[in-house]
Formats: sequence, C-alpha cells, structure tokens
Amino acid sequence: MATAKMNGANALLESLERQGVKHVFGILGGAILPVYDALCTHSGIRHILARHEQGAAHAADGYARASGRPGVCFATSGPGATNLVTGIANAYMDSSPIIALTGQVPSVAKNSSYMIGRDAFQEADIIGITTPITKYNCQLSSVAEIPKTISTAFYIATTGRPGPVLIDFPKNIQTDTANVEFTSHIDIRGYNPTITPHPLQIRKAAECLADAERPIILAGGGVISANAADELLTVAELLLAPVATTFMGKGAFPEIHPLSVGTIGMHGNPLANKLLLEADVMLAVGTRFSDRATGNLDTFCPEAKKIHIDIDAAEIGKNIDVDIPIVADAKKSLAAIYERLIKQAKRKPDNPWMKRLEEARAQLNPPNENKEFKPKSLLQTLRKLLPDSAIVTTEVGQNQMWAALYFKALKPRTFISSGGLGTMGFGFPAAIGAKTACPDRVVVDIAGDGSFIMTEQELACSVIEEIPVTVIVLNNGVLGMVAQWQRMFYKRRYIATKLGTYPDFVKLAESYGAQGFRVTTIPEFQKAVQIAIKSKVTTVIDVPISMEEDVVPMIPPGCGLNQQVGDY
Amino acid sequence: MENQNKKTTVIAALVENKPGVLHSVSNMFRRRGYNIESITVGHTEQKGVARMTITVSGDEKTLEQITKQMNKLIDVIKVNQLEPDAIVTRELALVKISVPDVKSRSDIINCVEVFRGRVVDVSPESLMVEITGTPDKVDAFLNLMRTYGIIELARTGLTALSRGVKSIRIDE
Ligand SMILES: Cc1ncc(C[n+]2csc(CCOP(=O)(O)OP(=O)(O)O)c2C)c(N)n1
Repeated sequence: MATAKMNGANALLESLERQGVKHVFGILGGAILPVYDALCTHSGIRHILARHEQGAAHAADGYARASGRPGVCFATSGPGATNLVTGIANAYMDSSPIIALTGQVPSVAKNSSYMIGRDAFQEADIIGITTPITKYNCQLSSVAEIPKTISTAFYIATTGRPGPVLIDFPKNIQTDTANVEFTSHIDIRGYNPTITPHPLQIRKAAECLADAERPIILAGGGVISANAADELLTVAELLLAPVATTFMGKGAFPEIHPLSVGTIGMHGNPLANKLLLEADVMLAVGTRFSDRATGNLDTFCPEAKKIHIDIDAAEIGKNIDVDIPIVADAKKSLAAIYERLIKQAKRKPDNPWMKRLEEARAQLNPPNENKEFKPKSLLQTLRKLLPDSAIVTTEVGQNQMWAALYFKALKPRTFISSGGLGTMGFGFPAAIGAKTACPDRVVVDIAGDGSFIMTEQELACSVIEEIPVTVIVLNNGVLGMVAQWQRMFYKRRYIATKLGTYPDFVKLAESYGAQGFRVTTIPEFQKAVQIAIKSKVTTVIDVPISMEEDVVPMIPPGCGLNQQVGDY
Repeated sequence: MENQNKKTTVIAALVENKPGVLHSVSNMFRRRGYNIESITVGHTEQKGVARMTITVSGDEKTLEQITKQMNKLIDVIKVNQLEPDAIVTRELALVKISVPDVKSRSDIINCVEVFRGRVVDVSPESLMVEITGTPDKVDAFLNLMRTYGIIELARTGLTALSRGVKSIRIDE
C-alpha cells in the first residue's frame, strides 16, 4: 500500500486521479485555494473554469450522463457552494452521479479555536443545506481519512441508484500534512445495494410475461444508468412487446425500432399513452412512476399486472402498487428474465397485439410530410442532420417537450435533459460537460430563449476552453411553457411571461467569440446546423418561432393518460 | 391525509454514531411529511453504533415507506419495525409536583408507591418523582398528579426492545 507525506489538497487530487478523474468543472475562491494551488502540479486533471458554479454542477452532470463516469465539480465555500445547489438537486432528482467538492472555512483556526459555526466570512452550512438533495455528504476532518472518503464517495455515487455526493473540505485540512495511505478499501455497513435479482421473482415475472396477451415494457432512466439497453432490446424482441419509455428513459430503446412507441406522460406520444392503457401486463424497469409520467394514478393501467424492477427498494410501492416487485440491477434482471423466457414457445409476429400496434401507429403517429418552419419539422429535420451518436441536451419548457416528442433518440446517453427538477439553464452547461466527456461526438443543446439566458454565460467557458457545442434556440420571445398554461388554463391572462426580443442571440454569441446564425427557413436551418456541427467553435442558432405555438398533445394537469388532447 | 387505518409503530434503527446522522434522519421525516411522535437516541453495546427508537404513526403503506426511506440513508445501518405484541416499551419521566399541604404530600407518596415510582427530591412546597413504565402508565400517573399541580415535567420519550433472545444485528 502506497503511503506518502503530503498535504490535504494533494491527498485529494491524488485520490481523484486514482479514481480516474480527468476533468473537473469549477470556480475557485479563498476557501478552496490550496486545492487549486495543488492543481498546478497535477497535470492529469484538467480544470475547466465555469462562469457560474451552477454551470459547473450541470456540466459535471452532463459529463456523467453522457459517459456513465462520475462528473466532478469544485466550488469555494459560502456563495460558491450555495451556487452549486440547483445543480446538485438536479442531479439528485435524475439520479446522476456527480461528486461536488466544496471549500469550507477552517474547522480550526491558527489559535486553535473553531471557525466553523462562528459565522465566519463565506461560511455556509452546505452539509445541512444539501442533506436532502445528496445521496450522501460529509465533511472531512483529517488528512489521513481523505483517500478512504474519496473512494467511499465515488462508490456511493456510482453504485446502486446513482446520485450526487458532496464533500466539504475545511481549509485547514487542505493545508495540514500527514502520512497518507492510499487504499481502495471501502466498508460502509449501512450501504449494500441489492444487485442480484431474486430467482423466485424472476420466475414469477417470466411466467407472467409469457402468459401475457398484450405485454408492454415501460423503460425508465434506470435502464440507461444500468447500461441495460441491450438486455432491454433482447427481451422486447423476444416478447414482441411494444416499448414505451418515460421521459428519463428516452434513448433506452431506439425510437425508430418497430416496437418503439415513444415516451409516455403529460406530453408523451399518444401511441405510448394509448397502448400502455391497453396492455394486460406491464414490465416497468428503472422508473419511479413520476406524476408527469403517469398522470392521474386512478386511471393509470388499473387492470394491468405490473412487474416493477428497480434497484431502489423505496421506489417499489411508493407511487403505485405492483404485483411482482424485483429489487435488483436492471441489467441483471432483464438478462435473467430473458434466460427464462427463451425457453418458452416463441410468439407469432402476426399476433393480434402486434396488429393492434401497427394499426394504432398508423392512426396516432402518421408520417409527417409537412415542412413548415415549426418545432415539429425543425426537430425532425435536425434528427436527419445529426449522426446517430450525436448527444442532444435540452433546456426546460416547450423546447424540451417538443424534443421529447419529435426528436427520436436512438441510443442510450444521447438524450440528456432535466426531467425531475425541470431546471431551466441545465441544457447548455450539460452540453459542455457531455462534449468534454465525449469530444469526438456532436453535441447539441435544444434550447428555449428563457432557459438559455439563465446559463448563457458559459459561452465564455465553451469558447475559451475550446469545447464546441451547438445551441439551437427555439426563440419564441416568451417563457413559452408557462405562457401556454396561461393560454390554456388562465383564460389567456398573460403575466410575466413576455421576454421580448432581447438579447440578440447572434450578437450575444459573437460577443463571446462564438458563432451566431439566425435562420428563418428550413433550408437555412439545415445549412446552419451543418456548419455548426463541424465547427471548431460553439455556435448559437437563433430560430425565431411563433409565440403562440402550443406543445400538443397534452394531458391537462390532474387528468389521466386516457384524457390526452391534441394530435401528434 | 387523515386515515382510518393509521397505527402507531415503533421503529428501531442502528445508526452510525457520528455527527449529522440525527439531522439526516429527522430531515428525511420532515421532507417526506412523516410525523415523528417521539425519538430517543443512545449508545449501544457496540462501539460506533447508536440506536434510535422512533415512534411513528401512519397507515401500512406509509410505515413501509418510512422503513425503506430510512434504509436508504447511508449512515443508517439497520432498520426494524418492532412487532407491537413482542416488545417491551419504557419511558421515563421526571415530574415536579406542587405540594399544597401535608395531607397531599402523603397522598402523593402513596400514589408514587402504587406506580412503583421514586421520590428523588423534596422541598417544602414540592416533590420530584421519577417514574418509569409504558407511556400509558406514565400518562396515568401524570393524570393523577394534575389534581395537585405539575410544576415541571420532563419525559424521555419511548424506548423499546423486542422480547426474547432475538436482537437487531448489523451482520445479518
Ligand atoms: C429555474 C426555473 N425557473 C422557472 C421555471 C418554470 N418554468 C418552466 S418552463 C418555463 C418557461 C421556459 O421558457 P423558455 O426557456 O423560453 O422555453 P419555452 O417553453 O419557450 O420553449 C418556466 C419559466 C423552471 N422550470 N426553472
């Protein structure tokens, strides 16, 4: 076992390197300066300077979602740490593994009196603040414990149901020196995720599925975090079960596959919502049955037998009652179900359920010949322009729901969006994070003007750090989704949703040294996207659209999946 | 959220004995809208392990969620819902009772004996009594004492162990 004398800051960076960390997003300040100073001698870690800590946290999140490896962000104490909060809460809601490291005022000052707890300059109780939005958090209290704490943090963040971990690092411990022993030994007696599915439950599930006449699979974000997309595909093809995904599950199943029916939920694909209600057996994998996905629970598939696979036992029975719970890793569970199902008689491809699927698809998802300059055709055009491996992030609001409806995700980890928290301003820094993790892939943020303004300052980061991404601003001059609710549910009484025509996004981009285009026709859009995705510099494409455009179809709040209005 | 099927249950949890654990547990209860009726925490026979005894009420589903959500907390090592019929529960109360006259004093002391309590402090106008028992027994005693006047009261909240040789073990 390697031991060496070093200070806390170096012990931290050494530990991060041992975890394979290559990139850190952050902003420094007094309380974390020793760590930054140590970065000068750790060339294996590239620091990417965000322009706001929220951007750093979202970038770490985007990094994690695109690559499956944990994203790391640094912030100083007090305001630096509190600026991370939205990003941490966002990662928590969407089960994304990020490691946030915050500087803290010294736990013991030179005269050996406590500083923490005395309202020192830039002191904030970030442990207290982030307790409900982290999977785990802790404050370091000695140099010697650093390697073990870091190993533990990464282990907790990336195993079981992934999630953010925050480590608070008092300044005196950054500068203290000690003999540090590097170990990968972890022992956490209160944490032991169940990975292997119970054979009896697998047998029950397989039997239930084999007996089903109208099986459907509902894949959530858990399928993506468990890297279980291949297993999902084999089970679906064997069962001949249509696959719906939740919003977070988008990408878990190729949306051009004949069995794909799209996303369920408030702005889901009517095909998915409809078939889900017609199924007699639902295999739900890695989903928490969020209210936006299920609509009114009373009408959410009351007749269907439900099999629910989730690695988080607390998700079983939290929102809906299930018949066959399986607490385990999604990949292992799906593989085990496949092993049992393969022994059964094969289904005939021309069975009535498959016929129903085709008939419903023809009726509810007719091909779109329209080439209007509207979100639907713009997003369908975008799909054709981007390589299959391209990563798309979104902001929040109409832009996000249009993307969910009309931009088909083909692979896991290629559709990255703030599902649980619905954080405006997530998409752009997340795109920077994704591009950092996957520099050879095209990364595009589908944005609304309101959201983009919230973290637009990261243009500076992307230009200076040479992390080129493309931002497509569906610019309606309003906080569109909220304006839509005012239009639909508040008798068109508009208040506080008008943004106006500022800023000029082309000039904004240019002022940061990025590239800006404004397009008003589909061919212009095509050309701009083609230039942007090959460009070595970040590009903002301003796409002016009508402010009255609604996202439909929609399930009005409080209604069930059977009450969707509007055509796809 | 008023519910007919509400029942009161005692949850015993072994937790890491370190700062912040009580905060994360009580914070989880607050944030998810669960109500803690009482909570007691203390060391166990094992180093570094504390035991929390939490009395909660809710329907079957809520109680199951509470157990699961507690289990999710990293610093919570083990959680058990104790079987109401197979546990010993105790609470301790210190109560300062006002003593208006000599007659009352002997009446109170008689009561204390019936309840197997102990007089732990005496002053010309008051008595301090220590009483241990199930919460019901403590309540009954306090009700009797109200006629004399309770000057001050401190209750520990409920603690509990299951009967027999069975115990909550970390390594199971
Ligand atoms: C940080 C934050 N603040 C407020 C909201 C509430 N909200 C949801 S959608 C929306 C409008 C988004 O506007 P824009 O980004 O322009 O997208 P559009 O809906 O017009 O596509 C707002 C304000 C939110 N989701 N996040």
